[in-house]
Amino acid sequence: MEILAVEGLSVRLTSHPGQPTILEDVGLTVSPGEVLGIVGESGSGKSMLALSIMGLLPPALAMSASRMSLLGHELAGEPREAWRTHRGRDVAMIFQEPMTSLNPVMRVGTQIEEVLRWRGGMRGGAARRRALELLEQVEIPSPRSRLGAYPHELSGGMRQRVMIAIALAANPRLLIADEPSTALDVTVQAQLLDLLRGLRRDAGLSLILITHDLGVIAEIADRVMVLYAGRVAETAPVRTLFDAPAHPYTQVLLASIPDITIRRPRLATIPGTVPAAGNMPQGCRFAPRCSYRHVLCERAPPALRPLSAEHEAACLRPFGELPA
Amino acid sequence: MSGVVSGEVLIEARGVRKHYPMRGGLGSATMVRAVDGVDLQIRKGETLGLVGESGCGKSTLGRLFLRLIEPTDGAILHKGTDLTDLGRRELRVRRRDLQIIFQDPFGSLNPRKTVGAIIAEAYAIHRLGSRAERARWLGETLDLVALPREAAHRYPHEFSGGQRQRIGIARALALKPEFVVCDEAVSALDVSVQSQIINLMQDLQQGLGLTYLFISHNLAVVRHISTRIAVMYLGRIVELAEADALFARPAHPYTRALLSAVPVPHPDRPRNRHVLPGDVPSATAVPKGCRFAPRCRFAEGRCGETDPPLSRLQDGSMVACLLAADGTLPPSGEVV
Repeated sequence: MEILAVEGLSVRLTSHPGQPTILEDVGLTVSPGEVLGIVGESGSGKSMLALSIMGLLPPALAMSASRMSLLGHELAGEPREAWRTHRGRDVAMIFQEPMTSLNPVMRVGTQIEEVLRWRGGMRGGAARRRALELLEQVEIPSPRSRLGAYPHELSGGMRQRVMIAIALAANPRLLIADEPSTALDVTVQAQLLDLLRGLRRDAGLSLILITHDLGVIAEIADRVMVLYAGRVAETAPVRTLFDAPAHPYTQVLLASIPDITIRRPRLATIPGTVPAAGNMPQGCRFAPRCSYRHVLCERAPPALRPLSAEHEAACLRPFGELPA
Repeated sequence: MSGVVSGEVLIEARGVRKHYPMRGGLGSATMVRAVDGVDLQIRKGETLGLVGESGCGKSTLGRLFLRLIEPTDGAILHKGTDLTDLGRRELRVRRRDLQIIFQDPFGSLNPRKTVGAIIAEAYAIHRLGSRAERARWLGETLDLVALPREAAHRYPHEFSGGQRQRIGIARALALKPEFVVCDEAVSALDVSVQSQIINLMQDLQQGLGLTYLFISHNLAVVRHISTRIAVMYLGRIVELAEADALFARPAHPYTRALLSAVPVPHPDRPRNRHVLPGDVPSATAVPKGCRFAPRCRFAEGRCGETDPPLSRLQDGSMVACLLAADGTLPPSGEVV
C-alpha cells in the first residue's frame, strides 16, 4: 500500500479576484521507503504542495482534491482537524531555515520532549532518554550536552539535524523536506543528505524532498516530479529523467545548469520568466517560453499522460502530436 | 571561460589582513580574523573564481580589493598604485575602474529611484558628461544588459529577479570599469534565469575586456565561468589553480573534500564522496599550525606546528599544505 496518494489536487488563492490557481490538478504517490523528489523554480507551487499535504495552508488558500490518502486514511473532504491526528504523527515536515521553525528561547531537549509528550504520551526520564536517542540518531556530536543547548548556540547544519530529530520524535512514516539543505554549505549539505539516506535505509522512512537543485535530486531521489507554474510537467524514475527527459521544460532545465564534471562552452537559457499566478496562459503554461510552441499548445493545458510504465509527461510533443 | 587573458596583473592583494574586534562578555576583545594574510594576483581579462564556505572571508576579501573596507594590514595594488595609500578624492577617481555586483538584486537597488536614476547616479558622482551625454550613455548601458530603454523610467520593484540583476550589472558597468567584483551575483536566481545572467556576464567580458573576481559558494557555476580558481578556508587561500586543473587534480585536502561534496547532476555519474566531519571552526579561534589540520584526514604531527605557506607544485598550481608540497600526500584518486 502507498504511504501517500494524492489525486486532482488544486489550490486557489481566494483573496484575489478570479481566484487564481497556485496548483492545478496535481497527483502523486509515495511508496514505503521511497524518495520522491519534487523539482521546481520559484512560483512552481512546490512549497504550497508540501503545505497542502501537511494541511498547513495559510487561510487565504483553499485546497481541493479528489483523493488524499495517507496510510489508507482518506483525508480529502475531511475537515482540517482530521489532518491534525496525522500531522506530526504519520507525516512530519522540515523547512529550509530551521532557525525560524525552532523556538529560540527553549532548550533543544525540551523542544524534542514536547513532541514526545504530545504525540507519544512520554514524560520525565523516558522522554529525556528518547530525546537523547533521537539526537544520536541524527548524528549530533556530543548529544548529551546538546540537549541543554539553545538553537542559537548551534550551527546551521546542527539546527537542521535538531529539526529532523523533532520530526522523527513521533515516528512518522513520511518526512517532507522543503529545501532542507539550501541554506547550508555544500560540505554540510553532503552530511545532511547522508543522514536522510541513512534514515530511509535503516528506518524505512519515505521521503518527499522538495528542491530547486537537480544535483540534490540526482543524489537521493528514486522518482522525480517536475512542477512548472503549478502544474506537473513530467514525472519519471530518476535515471529516465536525466537520460531521456520528455518535456521541453525538463530538457532545457537540465541543459541550463552548470555541471561540475563537464564544462560546456555555453549554458542553455529559457527566455522570459515563470508566469505569475492570475496571469497564466490559457493553454500549456510553459508554451510562451517553449521553443517548440505551436498553436495547438495554446488551446488547453496538455494532460499528463504515460509515455511508459512510470514515465509521464504533460506535453503534446513526445506523443508525436505536434506537426513537424 | 573568458576573453583574452594576458599575463599582466591588473590588481593584486599583498599580505592583506582584515581583523575585526568582537567584544566579549567581560569587555575583553577577541579578534575575528576574517581575512588573515592573503596574496592574490588577478590578471587582466581573466575571471578569477573565489570559492569557500560561509564565513571563510571570501566576501570580505572581495570588498578589500575595492577598498570598500579598510584592511588591517597589507596592500592592494592596482596598476602599481596601493589603493590603501589613496586619499578620498583619488580613491573616487580610481573607483571608476573598480566596481561590484551584489548578490541580492532586491536589497541593493534603491526602491525610490527610477532605474535610470540608479544607473546614471555614477555620472553625477563623478561629474561626467553633459545632460545629453548622460542620457546617451544611459541608453547604451541599458542596451548592453539587454534591458529595454523605457526601463529607465520605471522602478526596481516592477522588475523580476533576473531583470533586477541586469539593473545591478548595468549600474556596475555605467562607468566602463576594468575590474568587477561579482559577489554571489547569480546565487539568488532561479536556474533558468541564472543561466541567462551567466551568459550575459560572459558576453560582457568578451565585449568589454572585463576582469572579474567571481565570488560564489556554487562550485559548478564557478567552474563554468572561471579561468583560475582560488579556494579559501578560514581567511586564507589554500589552493590556487587553473579551473580545469583544480577539478581534475585538486591538491589540497580541503579542496578535495569540498569538490567531493558537490552533488553531481546525474544519478550514474561516479561519486568520490568523502564527507568532511564537523563544521568550519570560528574565525575567532583559528587553529595553530595548518588551520585545516583539525579536520584533515591526512594531518600529521607537523601540521599542528607549522602554518604552511602557499607553494608551487609541478603543474603550476599553488597549494598551502605541507604534505602536498613535499609530495607525501596520497594522490586524490585514492581518496574514497
